[in-house]
Amino acid sequence: MTTLTRPRGRAARGGSSSAVAPPPWWRRQGAQGWLYAAPTALIVVVLFLAPLVLVGWMSLNRWPLLGEATLNAPANYTKIADNPLFADAVWFTLKYTVIITVVLSLFALGLALLVQERRPGVGFFRTAFFLPGAVGFAAAALLFYGMLNSDFGPIDPILRTLGIIDEPVSWIGTPNMALFSTITLVLWRFAGFNMLILLTGLQAIPVAVYEAARTDGASRWVIFRRITLPLLRPTIALMLIMSVTGSLLAFDQFFIFTNGGPDNSTVSMVMVIYRDAFLRFDLGGAAALSVVLLIALVALNALQLRVLRRPE
Amino acid sequence: MRYYTTMSALAVLFLFPLVWSGWASMEEPHNYVEMAGFGEGLGTYLTNSVVVSVMTVAGTLFVSALGGYAFARFAFPGKNLLFLATLAILMVPYATVLIPLYVLLGYIGLQNSLVGVALVFVMFQLPFALFMMRNAFEALPKELEEAALVDGCTTFRAFLRILLRAVRPAMVTVGLFAFLASWNDFFAPLILLNDGAGFTLPVAVVSMTQNTFGAIDYGMLQAGVMVMAIPCLILFLVLQRHYVRGFMSGALRG
Repeated sequence: MTTLTRPRGRAARGGSSSAVAPPPWWRRQGAQGWLYAAPTALIVVVLFLAPLVLVGWMSLNRWPLLGEATLNAPANYTKIADNPLFADAVWFTLKYTVIITVVLSLFALGLALLVQERRPGVGFFRTAFFLPGAVGFAAAALLFYGMLNSDFGPIDPILRTLGIIDEPVSWIGTPNMALFSTITLVLWRFAGFNMLILLTGLQAIPVAVYEAARTDGASRWVIFRRITLPLLRPTIALMLIMSVTGSLLAFDQFFIFTNGGPDNSTVSMVMVIYRDAFLRFDLGGAAALSVVLLIALVALNALQLRVLRRPE
Repeated sequence: MRYYTTMSALAVLFLFPLVWSGWASMEEPHNYVEMAGFGEGLGTYLTNSVVVSVMTVAGTLFVSALGGYAFARFAFPGKNLLFLATLAILMVPYATVLIPLYVLLGYIGLQNSLVGVALVFVMFQLPFALFMMRNAFEALPKELEEAALVDGCTTFRAFLRILLRAVRPAMVTVGLFAFLASWNDFFAPLILLNDGAGFTLPVAVVSMTQNTFGAIDYGMLQAGVMVMAIPCLILFLVLQRHYVRGFMSGALRG
């Protein structure tokens, strides 16, 4: 192709004289760059930056789902304090975030260490642990919804056969059981995902470092404490940030699996936003909550980055 | 040996729910027949999900391939600002963007529309996709297109004929992530679609558990779970290598 286009290319540019003339505007670097970046810019401006401005404006208005919006600032913000459901949701979401982040991180780290070394069959185990992560979270929640049903699901009969329980368990019937079952669901769905993140970090540690430690006679525990953990720090930080952010914004698991129940004991913050907007038709109130959530999350992420990325 | 016992026990724990769901859905063959006739009909929801996923994958590839080329090969004013604005999508809660998008899509005539949902998915995929594609183009040697450019080939021809072929692996990764996200996402279609016939699969199947006042048909529910899960499981098993590359790139959203 190169040899074929050469003569045509020279002819089109009219020989050596064109070297002096400036190229037309569409040949200029900046203009061309913008043309290629235009779709990106359009999507980012129209579907991301404009909504961010709009959510700020909505939060300053009485904005019913249907009908005219009227300015009522700062009522949407002041009434957050009088929203008992939201206060409970903040507390519940924080509790859930702490528990899930600790349990999930430890479990994923254990899995990653188990599949770290190459040995026969390890590829199968990696795939097996990750496979639930390929299933959508909504589908996973529905799967558990059926699996943990005392009449239909297999868990109760299995536990009864093993003699662990002797009467049906109401897996989402009490606040504590609902939280416990949700944690099991999230562990099943996300452990492999976090394992894979940690595995990429583990594999970036040079084998030579381990070998040097081993020839110096370091024990497995010392190697883990002194080499693996410090070198894995940035990856662990990434995993923690993703887990904290994801858990603070939890919605699917509580909407689908527990439906906020029993007695609103598993209502997350995003669920309150959803209920305000689409069950109470108060988009202005939902917008104010969204803005508060955004500010809290950005501040928390900045703080986490600062703490976690700092070298020891 | 103890290692393999532990690992097998863990593998059973992870695989058991999937196996059970598949078995429970097929225990009674009429589960799938009932599933097919549920609500507006499985065909409608399946079509909606396929349409949204295809549009999302195509849109994400189109925008991120052009954008990745721009960010890897050109200097233009506002370049860093646009890149930062794109990455900022990761920092903002889903709900914070979706509440105003519900209103905004209404302004531009895309309320309750599969096109609107697909456009929103393209936006959410963009940070990851743009990052992947920019890195893929940057990894290519400049000599690859320089010969063609010296010959008077336009940058667009060089992009289309030479570079696009070279970044194909990255495009598979981006496409796979876009498919899994759009096929599985529940929250965005829940908010942006409000008419039963327009629902995607996850919204439709979840509505089986929440809108029925009688008893829930658990067998049919697991049939729905399988219809949603099987395409993802197959795609993941076939394209596992490309999926893992997405993790290696360091551009991830939780």
